Amino acid sequence: MLQVSNLNVYYGESHILRNVDMSIPSGQMVCLIGRNGVGKTTLLKTIMGLLKSRTGEILFTGKPISKIATDRRVRMGIGYVPQGREIIPRVTVKENLLLGLEARPQGRKGNEAIPEEIFALFPVLKTMLSRMGGDLSGGQQQQLAIARALMGKPRLLVLDEPTEGIQPSIILEIEAAVKRIIAATGISVLLVEQHLHFVRQADKYYAMQKGGIVASGSTSELSQEIIQEFLAV
Amino acid sequence: MSALIEGLFNGISIGSVLLIAALGLAIVFGLMGVINLAHGELMMLGAYTTFVVQNVFKPLGEPWFELYILFSLPVAFIVSALFGLALERGVIRFLYGRPLETLLATWGVSLILRQFVRSVNWLLVISIAVFCLCFFGGMAILKRLSHWERIRNWAITILLFISSAISIALGFLIDRVGTLALTKPWFSARNVDVTAPTWLRGGWKILGFQMPYARLFIIALTIICLLGVYWFLNRSTWGLRIRAVTQNRSMSACLGIPTAKVDALTFALGSGLAGVAGCAVSLLGSVGPNTGQNYIVDTFMVVVVGGVGNLFGTVVAGLSIGIINYLIGSGTLALIFTSTESLKPLVDFFLFFATSSMAKVMVFAIIITFLQVKPAGLFPQKGRTAEL
Repeated sequence: MLQVSNLNVYYGESHILRNVDMSIPSGQMVCLIGRNGVGKTTLLKTIMGLLKSRTGEILFTGKPISKIATDRRVRMGIGYVPQGREIIPRVTVKENLLLGLEARPQGRKGNEAIPEEIFALFPVLKTMLSRMGGDLSGGQQQQLAIARALMGKPRLLVLDEPTEGIQPSIILEIEAAVKRIIAATGISVLLVEQHLHFVRQADKYYAMQKGGIVASGSTSELSQEIIQEFLAV
Repeated sequence: MSALIEGLFNGISIGSVLLIAALGLAIVFGLMGVINLAHGELMMLGAYTTFVVQNVFKPLGEPWFELYILFSLPVAFIVSALFGLALERGVIRFLYGRPLETLLATWGVSLILRQFVRSVNWLLVISIAVFCLCFFGGMAILKRLSHWERIRNWAITILLFISSAISIALGFLIDRVGTLALTKPWFSARNVDVTAPTWLRGGWKILGFQMPYARLFIIALTIICLLGVYWFLNRSTWGLRIRAVTQNRSMSACLGIPTAKVDALTFALGSGLAGVAGCAVSLLGSVGPNTGQNYIVDTFMVVVVGGVGNLFGTVVAGLSIGIINYLIGSGTLALIFTSTESLKPLVDFFLFFATSSMAKVMVFAIIITFLQVKPAGLFPQKGRTAEL
């Protein structure tokens, strides 16, 4: 589904991502782990086109996307839930969800309905449709951010620390929702996560250190040593 | 009673002129955060467009000339919107998030525009057209080359040089052999007059005073523009896109919204509204290169007092400033207190400010004081939203 090869990204002259290679197979959940500041969010932003790579290639469904604008990448089928949620604050929950329809290849085009599956995954949103996105709590905003990304029917869902700063009960709800999404739609998921229980739900993991991939494998092989090295903040 | 109605009407009338002038800026500055010092000149373009449309309709005779103002409104909107679009694509989009540079660049554009209307003649228009043809035509051809990205910077520099040289040489050539008609300025530095059609002259007599039809027309136009903008921003698909992009550009792109298109459309809409405002103010006085300058400070004032990004705030601020301005400037406030002898110092104080220029000084002083108390304006963002 997504293939990243030999990716190098710089902030000015600071070398942030160093020769990153990664692949996300179709229908699988891949987790990216690593301590704070190792370049996980930078990698996701580069995949989304928010940052430019200096060298390397990103292929999505076999097509190179490195030179394609962010909005076109999204319409190709990459849904993004960023760190900090980034809900559009002064539009309602319903409008936030409708904005998710922009990601469909044909755009919104008269499509004003919010599918019931969205409310089945996140029932709390149904009662808050007329509230401003910025007025929701952190957990509600996170659910809204995932729901908004799903409105675009993505083929790859990119989640950047979806459980950051959220109370434990909501973390379990979000985790369950992501699992149900994968089971129901068969989409691929690229997840950046620090929460061990959530990391273990993934099929495969990549561990990052100093801007490069230093370990990878099946999450079933995640040893205590790796967890301590890459997950402890 | 009649004095009160007269005061209120005149206040609303001044307020609606302020409001229609500030409406475009409420979008460009309030929503997009672009400090566009050329906003007044976009109004001036609208006013000159009205003058041109009037001159086109004049030879057509009576029934058509009566309707020219209705034609000039959409034409002024389109002319200013197209110019705004070119300004956004050519200058502003490179400066998003850099307010100081935007301020300087748009101030430069305002100076260029003011000089442009003074100097514009057929020779200048032909030279600009030739330049655009050479430059953009050359770009379109060169973009087809496979190694365009590598030669881009060099190609643009060389094309700029060649296109400028050709257009300047052609200009000189036409100047030598051409007729006076080609080199005579269209408008010159002198002000020009827009004559209101007969149905906008005179006024509606009520309770012993007259409401000028031109003012009533501007009030009606302001209401229509307000409702139109409100509907567009809050009910249309593009309006939702605009609200999303102006609040979070990068996240909007991550939702699949074509942000560059939305930015261009928003700026064009704000500029078009400035054109409509220009058309409206052309009914109130003569039109000159400095027409826009008379409004630019007032319009920024209205948007800031209303609360940046709040359309309703802009409405309240526009009308309040208009009414206060009139009450002070006309001496009505002084008149209210004349009956009480003990308030004589207060009467003298208000009489001192009872001219239009001194009223403006007092309104400025009130606004500065007000902004010390409420720096975010009348309607600041509330709740969690305010921090986002």
